[in-house]
Amino acid sequence: MRLQVNKDFIVGLSSVFLGLVAGAIFMAFTGNNPFEGYNYLFAGGLMNLERFGNTLAMATPLILTGLSVAFAFRTGMFNIGTPGQVIIGGLAATIVGLTLNIPKPLLLSLMTLAALLGGAVWGIVPGLLKAKFNVHEVVSGIMMNWIAYWITYYLVPSYFKGSFETESRHITQAASLKAEWLTGLFKGSYINLGIFIALVCVVIISIILKHTVLGYQLKAVGFNRHAAEYSGINVNRNIVLAMMIAGALSGLGGQTLYTGYASSIQIGVMPSQGFDGIAVALLGATSPVGVVGAAFFFGILQSGKGFMNAMTDIPSEIGDTIIACIIYFAATSVLIRNFFDGNLFRSKKGGK
Amino acid sequence: MEYVVELLNIGKSFPGIRANDDITLCLRKGEIHALLGENGAGKSTLMSILFGLYQPDEGKIRVRGTEVQIDNPNIANELGIGMVHQHFKLVHNFTVTENIVLGIEPHKGITVDLKQASRKIRDLSAQYGLNVDPDAKIEDISVGMQQRVEILKMLYRNAEVLIFDEPTAVLTPQEILDLLDIMRNLIKDGKSIILITHKLREIKAIADRCTVIRLGKFIGTVDVKDTDEERMAEMMIGRRISFDIHKKPLEPGRTMLKIDNLTVLNSRKVPALKNFSIELKAGEILGIAGVEGNGQSELVEALTGLRKVESGTILLDGKDITAMTIRERIENGIAHIPEDRQRRGLVLDYTIEENLILEKHRRLPFSKNGFLNHKAIREHADEVISAFDVRSSNGPVTMARTMSGGNQQKAIIGREFDLNPEVLIAVQPTRGLDVGSIVYIHRRIVEQRDAGKAVLLVSLELDEILDLSDRIAVVNHGELVGIVDAKSTNEKEVGLMMTGIRAHERSSSNGNGGSNK
Repeated sequence: MRLQVNKDFIVGLSSVFLGLVAGAIFMAFTGNNPFEGYNYLFAGGLMNLERFGNTLAMATPLILTGLSVAFAFRTGMFNIGTPGQVIIGGLAATIVGLTLNIPKPLLLSLMTLAALLGGAVWGIVPGLLKAKFNVHEVVSGIMMNWIAYWITYYLVPSYFKGSFETESRHITQAASLKAEWLTGLFKGSYINLGIFIALVCVVIISIILKHTVLGYQLKAVGFNRHAAEYSGINVNRNIVLAMMIAGALSGLGGQTLYTGYASSIQIGVMPSQGFDGIAVALLGATSPVGVVGAAFFFGILQSGKGFMNAMTDIPSEIGDTIIACIIYFAATSVLIRNFFDGNLFRSKKGGK
Repeated sequence: MEYVVELLNIGKSFPGIRANDDITLCLRKGEIHALLGENGAGKSTLMSILFGLYQPDEGKIRVRGTEVQIDNPNIANELGIGMVHQHFKLVHNFTVTENIVLGIEPHKGITVDLKQASRKIRDLSAQYGLNVDPDAKIEDISVGMQQRVEILKMLYRNAEVLIFDEPTAVLTPQEILDLLDIMRNLIKDGKSIILITHKLREIKAIADRCTVIRLGKFIGTVDVKDTDEERMAEMMIGRRISFDIHKKPLEPGRTMLKIDNLTVLNSRKVPALKNFSIELKAGEILGIAGVEGNGQSELVEALTGLRKVESGTILLDGKDITAMTIRERIENGIAHIPEDRQRRGLVLDYTIEENLILEKHRRLPFSKNGFLNHKAIREHADEVISAFDVRSSNGPVTMARTMSGGNQQKAIIGREFDLNPEVLIAVQPTRGLDVGSIVYIHRRIVEQRDAGKAVLLVSLELDEILDLSDRIAVVNHGELVGIVDAKSTNEKEVGLMMTGIRAHERSSSNGNGGSNK
């Protein structure tokens, strides 16, 4: 088992390394010094408490969407509906936050519940369609994304219009996940209570996967649904449950994004944190702890790229390209894994 | 003595394994030479070397006395060496002739001259008694016929040495007899045959000499007529092994499983099992014999709940289980050793200990209030592993994927027996296993019967059915052909029934069965 973890770690590092090499080539191509570029990129994400806090704030929704995708993967499902779940979770939390006028702890609890339920509903639909009618969850997941997108597009300007046509009113202090003590601790960064929501979810999901009957069944279905069926496990029920939990996680990600990192919800934007969750899950080898590491790394890149852009001549487009490259290699880390596995497998086969 | 092929002191290593170590096999002209060994003994490696797929690290190959280097299968073909693969390599919507000439099409100008080829194939077919229609499409002919097409492919290419890789695995008893006749015709005509197999009975029936290898090492070459099956088995597995199965006298108890008028559809919505009725009593083994695809899988799936029943009822100890879920059936006392252990029987990416609680994980002590009890799971795994001699590299935490087939099967059997079922459904319980494991598993199944359990044994291996069963039910096209007493029947009778001929019809339709399937 320990060997397994080490291998996943190596695979993850390899894809990060390859992504950074590709980025370095781009930097060199545009006549910049890659070492200098990376120096500022990482400094931008880590050099002081405020920037470190911003990195954590960037990583928070990614932990939750990454966890969402990873959890669904364990059950053999591909949750590509994360952007829609993020939107609906965020929308539900925002609506509660803008409507109710109650003390902060109670309001935040209700918003969290709303985000969780909204995301869960958005996850259940593809799950049910898969279980009942064998509709592929990728197809229904993508459709759910657009349904969420257009619902927001209609609801926000009609009922919660802010100072611009394209965004909602800003939530109040009481509805925000930002907490004064936390902001103060990190010298005024964007960090918010969402990081604790994310970490609690990581612990809960780890426990579910490792120590519960539910986790045992979900993984059995994910690894081999024929064997799961044979042994009397209700495969369809587990598919729906897994998608529901995955959706709820992404929904919470929406809360931390729209009412933590930001303070309003925008229309006409499919949140990139949704699809990035897929890359985070792959880079993190679908393990909860791996997801935290991968999300943190992406957080560094996201919050550091502005600093790199400001300190060097590297155009901001190149900054985004580097991130895209790393995401690309993270997403194809399966290939890197196969490369390692391929070698191992060959020698093992000979050993038979 | 004249040898057509001499494999001398062949050695071949792969990373971490010595697949062939100083193996010598000399094939006389006109003989059938069996190559005997367990799975993984190195038979395939040796034959791949002869066929040019691998290069030997040591040793040399002589063909008709001349030392040769066989770099690829084309050279093997030119030297007159042909291989009949276990899994046929045929294009299904091509005719027999088209398949045979594939790659060496006879030309007439720019067109392919199939007529000439077809004529040659017809002649060859007649010469060796193959009875193949050169113009039939592959998809329309039986598995046995397809194998003959493979043989014709080799003959068409003027092969003098034919390698048969486990040729009887896919055949019905009658087809096996026909194949043995064909092989005799081939050697009569001066061809030489290497027969790869682990079935001792076939070696006794047809082979002249037998070379045994074990764990990559050469054990010996013996004359088959001077060597009995026990001796060959001992050479193959390295220790004495007794094939005798001791069963207590039959004491059938009450009816545990009553299948009444059962009709089950297959995946294409066609009835695969038609109005099937049978009873299984406590303390007996009821064997279900039949050629593959005659409704056995659907029967098992209907009994275990994996497939919906179209009509009819299933009573388990008097209780109607027809509409029950899989889980309810397991809880009511059905255990199932599935046909495909890797697809159904195991979660390959789970460890042994996790696999051993597949049906039991919801129960105490393995879980409580939804949380797993890892300590109880480990203890349970240790018990089953020692009780069923499951061998693996890391004990309870070994990934199922990394275990040998025999040990995977032992783990499944241990798990199912541990359910302490009323009815045990064992489907192909020894498929693909070595002799040692087969004997072990047979003993354990008989143990269950002796302990008063009802055992339904579904197998394509007629020997297994005959050896273990008390009664044998024969199915054909989803219908029950008849039930015979295992003590008073024989291979021939059951084999005939498998082709759909009922016992009482036999005298009137004798000689009409078998090959025209």
